[in-house]
Amino acid sequence: MNPEMKWEIKKLTTDFLILGGGTAGCYAALTFCEHSGGHVLIAEKANIKRSGCLAAGVNAINAYIAPGKTPRSYVDYARADAEGIARGDLLLTMSEGLNRAVRKLEELGLVILKDESGRYAARGGRNIKINGENIKPLLARAVAGQPRITILERVSVFEYIVRDNRILGAFAISVDEPVLYVLTAKAVLCATGGAAGLYKPNSPGFSRHKMWYPPFNTGAGYAMGIRAGAEMTTFEMRFVALRCKDTIAPTGTLAQGVSAKQVNTLGEVYEQQYGLTTSQRLYGTLTENREGRGPCYLRTVGITAEQDEDLQKAYLNMAPSQTLKWIESGRTPAVANVEIAGTEPYIVGGHTASGYWVDTKRETTIRGLFAAGDVAGGCPQKYVSGAFAEGEIAAKSALSHMDAATPVVWETEIQKARRFLESFLRQPSKKSVDQRSVDQLEEEMQAVMDEYAGGIGSGYRYSEQSLAAAAEKIRALAEEAETNALALADARALVYSLELRERLTLCNSVIAHLAARKETRWPGFGENTDYPERNDAYNLYINSKRENGKLKILFRPLVKEGEIYEH
Amino acid sequence: MSIEITRGVCTGCGKCAAVCPGSLIKLAGDAAVIERPERCWGCASCVKECPAGAMALYLGEDIGGLGGRMTVKCEGGLLHWRITMPDGTPKTIAIDSRVSNRY
Repeated sequence: MNPEMKWEIKKLTTDFLILGGGTAGCYAALTFCEHSGGHVLIAEKANIKRSGCLAAGVNAINAYIAPGKTPRSYVDYARADAEGIARGDLLLTMSEGLNRAVRKLEELGLVILKDESGRYAARGGRNIKINGENIKPLLARAVAGQPRITILERVSVFEYIVRDNRILGAFAISVDEPVLYVLTAKAVLCATGGAAGLYKPNSPGFSRHKMWYPPFNTGAGYAMGIRAGAEMTTFEMRFVALRCKDTIAPTGTLAQGVSAKQVNTLGEVYEQQYGLTTSQRLYGTLTENREGRGPCYLRTVGITAEQDEDLQKAYLNMAPSQTLKWIESGRTPAVANVEIAGTEPYIVGGHTASGYWVDTKRETTIRGLFAAGDVAGGCPQKYVSGAFAEGEIAAKSALSHMDAATPVVWETEIQKARRFLESFLRQPSKKSVDQRSVDQLEEEMQAVMDEYAGGIGSGYRYSEQSLAAAAEKIRALAEEAETNALALADARALVYSLELRERLTLCNSVIAHLAARKETRWPGFGENTDYPERNDAYNLYINSKRENGKLKILFRPLVKEGEIYEH
Repeated sequence: MSIEITRGVCTGCGKCAAVCPGSLIKLAGDAAVIERPERCWGCASCVKECPAGAMALYLGEDIGGLGGRMTVKCEGGLLHWRITMPDGTPKTIAIDSRVSNRY
């Protein structure tokens, strides 16, 4: 790409700008239009029909308040699963919206399993069965049917436009051509999802993107927030998924659907010994492997032929590679137990609690900027329906900003963004020998995180010394990525290089948070070898905020349900 | 994880390129190509979108792939998944989109 090449600048203005057309973003757009005559612009990196973590489908609605249960009982469950580190106010307001969101999903066309009396067939108090293969096409169709929603696809948002701690909009680039978009709005919702690809993946070779969370979710929303000085929370609570080995397909369908128990290589059921929270189920498997009783499996041998066939169909609706593996090998679940493994760690606020520190209305510490779904912190176990519920809360809260004047972005701010992009494209007069590609730097970043910040390779363990080494190495890589002009061939290469920058920004925060929590709160998700026990002095949130280029750690007391939290 | 595109079967309609969540597919002349197969997530969105049956999902050898290929055809409310076994034997599984998973 020629550094002198002219960037085309396109300016778009709307009332409510939504970054990311995934679960939370699409639902927020629909909610906003139901309650306002205003206009929405969704900026999406791919195509909303199949973007985000639901691209392949989803197997169940995991957050639902079944008859006999209450939103408060869901809060109790989610908080216990998070070992107490969750926001009661966020969990309760989310839980209160779950069933409304599920009804809306059914209206949009989602097929839900019902009992003889026509009620949702709920299992275990909070789980309902669906055919979720087409959940994104259904959402995309609903969004396309609303004339006040404009969709801007194939753009990568890379920087907020903030003045005096008030959001004005965001800068984005096309993934196909040198176009800089200046997007302005009265309120902005960040719904860009979580982050994958920080740590070395399960299969680092050809299939390195065969991972649980979409590899296209680079943590852009977290990184933009960190750089803009937003307060962020709980990055140390990483999510490690217990998955089918190799395909990294879900295990819940086997565990709940056909009651498959976790067994070690001796055939012993071990899961009861470790407890049944999300992290304990994982910890059991890791421990059995460490102590020489692996590999571990979900015991499926002995299920009926009908169950075998139903499982093959169920996986086609959410993780088709698993069905392909079963069939091409002839080792279907009735024939062979399914091997399970932990994944590399992800940062994902819909399962754990990492992300923006928001008030009860889901406004971040930057005025006019809201967050919902996987990018919003403090509210774990939200899953699909909870992301909808948060999108709804954020959209309704954004209405209070609609009387404001549409902000104007200064020409100087636009030129600064253009110069920033050009700085990435600056060609060195002579290519130095040790100049490395984006892929090489990404691989090294993942190796550093794996070895020094508790990845698969280190058994999810880390110490004060290893984290200090990780911090130093990530800092050096970030410097190299910023200053050593990369050989960028086209707009796509620039996008990849901005994504690397996002991941490095996030890695730095993850390391700082891991170091600040001097205890082991969630064995399985990570183990601090200097502080291997839980310590109730850490019954608090670890937050961080960038000030004058330095990350500052803040400790915040727990917030209970029934309270209204304001910044 | 990745996708194989059969030249000659692909009509170059571009539907796969439009839907790929990683924007990894582009049109080269009259056919689609996947530029960076190692960046593929394996979500099968393009496989479902392809009206010609030219897109096939396969498992990389590094995760135990044996050479099977999987395509899908959408007709009415049915998804017909067709798996070609490593020895060439076909197997089809039809799924009714109007019926919920039982698990």
